[in-house]
Amino acid sequence: MVEWGDEGDPPLLLAHGGFDFAGTFDVFAPMLAAGGWRVVAWDQRGHGDSEHSELYAWSADMRDALAVLDSIGPEPMPFIGHSKGGGITLQLADTVPHRVSHVVSIDGLPSPRPRPDVSDHERTRLLDTELADWLAHRRRAAGHQRRPGTLDELAARRGRMNPRMAAEWLRYLVTRGARLDAEGWRWKIDPIMRFGGFGPHRPQWTLDRLPGLAPPLLAFLGLAAEPMGWGTTQGELDPYLPPGAQMEVYDDVGHFVHVERPRQVADRILEFLA
Amino acid sequence: MTETLRHNQVDLVLHELRGGEGRALLLLHGLGERSPHAVPAEADGWPGPVVALDFTGHGRSTVPRGGGYTAEVLMADADTALAHLGQATVLGRGLGGYVALLLAGARAADVRGVVIADGPGLAGGGAMPGSPAILFPDPRASGPPDPFAFAELTSDVRPPDYASSFVRQATHLSGLAEPITVAAHVRPEWLQAVAAEPGVRETSDVAAALAFYESVA
Repeated sequence: MVEWGDEGDPPLLLAHGGFDFAGTFDVFAPMLAAGGWRVVAWDQRGHGDSEHSELYAWSADMRDALAVLDSIGPEPMPFIGHSKGGGITLQLADTVPHRVSHVVSIDGLPSPRPRPDVSDHERTRLLDTELADWLAHRRRAAGHQRRPGTLDELAARRGRMNPRMAAEWLRYLVTRGARLDAEGWRWKIDPIMRFGGFGPHRPQWTLDRLPGLAPPLLAFLGLAAEPMGWGTTQGELDPYLPPGAQMEVYDDVGHFVHVERPRQVADRILEFLA
Repeated sequence: MTETLRHNQVDLVLHELRGGEGRALLLLHGLGERSPHAVPAEADGWPGPVVALDFTGHGRSTVPRGGGYTAEVLMADADTALAHLGQATVLGRGLGGYVALLLAGARAADVRGVVIADGPGLAGGGAMPGSPAILFPDPRASGPPDPFAFAELTSDVRPPDYASSFVRQATHLSGLAEPITVAAHVRPEWLQAVAAEPGVRETSDVAAALAFYESVA
């Protein structure tokens, strides 16, 4: 767990996205803390400085999130989540409604759009490739380590997923999200994790949590397309938004809204929580 | 005789219940079960070797810390056994039947027929998510079987169209006209959808279902 701010200030819970870690909040979180909040984040299992786990599942992430919440205290508090962390905090709010005062989603609401219209035959081929890649990765995973490299090489690798991020920030992320051994820097994240994948989960199930959400909701959307982005638009979300929901939509910002515009996002959240 | 197979950080125990030549029959147990000590009666007619896998958190396989079970990761357990065996026909009970279906779709060329039989954990969490809950294991229980497995694999959602997509994978890519047999009396929604797909056989006789796959190439 990572904290920013005065221990005596009211707490809020802050959840990072998939393939991230709490250190990705190192600029953004202190701004919330300076606004009078005790900001508590954690590295999800397998991410950042948390241990690698034998198994990973949404149900386990939810249990871990509740354990973090329990360690902070019983009083209701704001939940803020980015990307996958937005999904976790939204489900947590739905599961323990007596523990949440506000919900802030930072590009953390999925698009309900169905997958592109392809023929059944084509879909079968796509799924077959996904399954084969995933199983091949698991067959060779035992004893596998992340590939070592120089600080700049790791920054460049991450930069391919985050082309909108400044080189200086990417280099900083390496110093927090990777560790140096005799062969070079390696990302700390469990090498069993990989992008993409398959499973029974439907984005619709996340959206279905929205209409019944009781606490005030503030949702940010970054519309500029990038590899890790979700491409969710406001029009798609409108039918699901609970009464009084507030939206902040940025056309010229990508998925990492709080990294590209930390001051603007922090100020908007502080205003929302005031 | 047993073999220990490594799946990422987990040691899986594969039991050889009977040796022999030819394609193996792989038995996948139900939720909370473990591999049987001897070849079960319904599999006794199988002409080749008969092996049984203990899933993660079950039998003599590693019990992980802090749960995180999905049917998909158990499919990768079964795939670890398949990598060892080359090809296999698979008989799954309950949860093991659902896992066998996933494997039949994912490894269509190497899975030579799947039989889905009744057993614990066949239904899972239904076709749609229920009201949200954080899943904790029974604090009085200790494993194996891992109490986290009971908590998580009785509530995992199994959409019928998701199950059907694995049937289609198997029928399109296995080269078998009927790669899957449903031999379970109980039919949760995912299994009704499977049974309704072309290329799926139905019978109430597990032994007969296995005999059908003895001769497929």
